[in-house]
Amino acid sequence: MKILVSVKRVIDYNVKVRVKPDQSAVDLTNVKMSMNPFCEIAVEEAIRLKEKGVASEVVVVSVGSKSCQETLRTAMALGADRAIQVEAEDGLDSLSVAKLIAKVAQEEAADLVIMGKQAIDSDNNQTGQMVAALLDYPQATFASEVVIENGEAQVTREIDGGLQTLAITLPAVVTTDLRLNEPRFASLPNIMKAKKKPLDVKTPADLGVEVGSNVSIVSVTPPPQRAGGIKVGSVAELVDKLKNEAKVVS
Amino acid sequence: MSVLIIAEHDNKSLKPATLNTVTAATQINADVHLLVAGFECQTVVEQASQVAGVTKVLVADNAAYEHQLAENVSKLIVEVADGYEHILAPATTTGKNTLPRVAALLNVAQLSDVIKVESADTFVRPIYAGNAIATVKTTDAVKVLTVRATGFDAAASTGGSAERQVLSQVIASDRSRFVKEQLAESDRPELTAANVIISGGRGMGNGDNFKLLEGIADKLGAAIGASRAAVDAGFVPNDLQVGQTGKTVAPDLYIAVGISGAIQHLAGMKDSKVIVAINKDEEAPIFQVADYGLVADLFDAVPELEKSL
Ligand SMILES: Cc1cc2nc3c(=O)[nH]c(=O)nc-3n(C[C@H](O)[C@H](O)[C@H](O)COP(=O)(O)OP(=O)(O)OC[C@H]3O[C@@H](n4cnc5c(N)ncnc54)[C@H](O)[C@@H]3O)c2cc1C
Ligand SMILES: Nc1ncnc2c1ncn2[C@@H]1O[C@H](COP(=O)(O)O)[C@@H](O)[C@H]1O
Repeated sequence: MKILVSVKRVIDYNVKVRVKPDQSAVDLTNVKMSMNPFCEIAVEEAIRLKEKGVASEVVVVSVGSKSCQETLRTAMALGADRAIQVEAEDGLDSLSVAKLIAKVAQEEAADLVIMGKQAIDSDNNQTGQMVAALLDYPQATFASEVVIENGEAQVTREIDGGLQTLAITLPAVVTTDLRLNEPRFASLPNIMKAKKKPLDVKTPADLGVEVGSNVSIVSVTPPPQRAGGIKVGSVAELVDKLKNEAKVVS
Repeated sequence: MSVLIIAEHDNKSLKPATLNTVTAATQINADVHLLVAGFECQTVVEQASQVAGVTKVLVADNAAYEHQLAENVSKLIVEVADGYEHILAPATTTGKNTLPRVAALLNVAQLSDVIKVESADTFVRPIYAGNAIATVKTTDAVKVLTVRATGFDAAASTGGSAERQVLSQVIASDRSRFVKEQLAESDRPELTAANVIISGGRGMGNGDNFKLLEGIADKLGAAIGASRAAVDAGFVPNDLQVGQTGKTVAPDLYIAVGISGAIQHLAGMKDSKVIVAINKDEEAPIFQVADYGLVADLFDAVPELEKSL
């Protein structure tokens, strides 16, 4: 079984985000970038499936400028076998990204596509579902457990009301939630080895996909700031404030 | 042109997030239609028909839609999409599961977590865990949006009298099968609809200690929430997680107990009206957003708070 995993290079989750003064975007100059945390979980899941003998090959794909090759190398250091960079400007919209990933999945004849549920920059939570729709594959989003058996994936999903289990026929798309696994760290020898693993570069034209979007950014602004609060000295003072000042407790 | 909303429900009742989505839809266009896709969901249809502002309810009642699988519901939506310029769903796990599929099938973009309608083609949504707010304009022929409930007031659940249209097409999903569900059962209000929420974090120490919060929740009629760390540690189930990748809440009162206040947690609760933080570390970032901060050991403060309410 072949697994395709998509990885996105995003601002590191620990970085404090700043908006550019011209309100055109978030300022990414000299900011630490990392693999999207949900993609780390996706890579980890694929590698575990390979270690269990369920998968025979793990291919990683990223859509973006040259710098996303760094993220692909990280994925290979973690255990992915080879990588594909689809060369495109960063910040392409989800539908274009989904078309490119869907095409790669088709060309690779991947049996399972594992993606993050959400990129922590755009917070879109949609690319995996779009890939599934474009390929007319079944999907299991927000996965917290994946079991592959008899050409099916049994996937436990984190939903608003609790947990739901679906059985989907392969080929299929799975998107990862936080509790699916705890990603490993890359060891130094593996980081060295990853430099020699194959990394192919393709363009949207190679894949026969036209990219573009009808969505444009009007502005990006900082969120409204909360007015600073106060520290109370005791539980009694807190209760008094809640009752008599904020009037949220009767 | 009318707006189509995909109703959020469990075959028994219409979920409140639908009402907030109706408000968003009325800001786009006065003619709002609701699609109820489910199985033996007649009571939902009744409720949907009474929502103020809804003029028509489309009903797809068939075993094929019982679990609202994204594969077939998205195809159903695309079949009825003709004539709608906007398709909306609440930004719940159901809406987020299905609407991107709809958008892809229609070859248009999908905008997630809309918190404000500027005009029929311009919408506001938070990005980067709410640390930036993007205003985006789309010229797509059909605008597909998920709507964050905390951004809009709820429409009145009664007062309307929508006409009904029964949809006869049955689209089955042969490659996706429902196996089982473990739904949390609680007598408390739903997290996303509660007026008061008390949440616990890693500082709670273990799952048993969450009982300390229950007494206060009982007295205040509150829902109980949690940070990711508390869920990851197995103290409480996943459906309690508040944050960037959990639930977004904006109650009148949010009490954070033993929660440090990471940006991913703040993303889910910082629009609450009044925020209280109880934490023994006076440097904890949660105090930067708290209206009332109490530096204390929660194991002393929480029982005392319960007694004094
Ligand atoms: C991709 C991604 C998504 C994420 N999504 C979410 C999300 O949706 N929601 C979310 O919450 N987090 C999310 N996180 C995790 C987030 O970054 C933090 O790790 C998490 O919120 C920390 O939880 P916490 O505050 O309970 O734990 P900690 O940060 O460990 O804080 C525990 C706090 O308890 C206090 N404490 C300890 N003992 C006591 C005591 N006896 N009395 C009083 N105070 C005490 C400590 O002083 C400390 O401040 C996400 C992270 C990533 C990378
Ligand atoms: N440019 C990209 N390159 C590779 N994968 C991506 C890209 N954008 C999104 N994805 C994948 O889609 C998932 C969900 O992203 P999003 O829908 O943007 O929140 C991410 O976790 C990635 O796995």
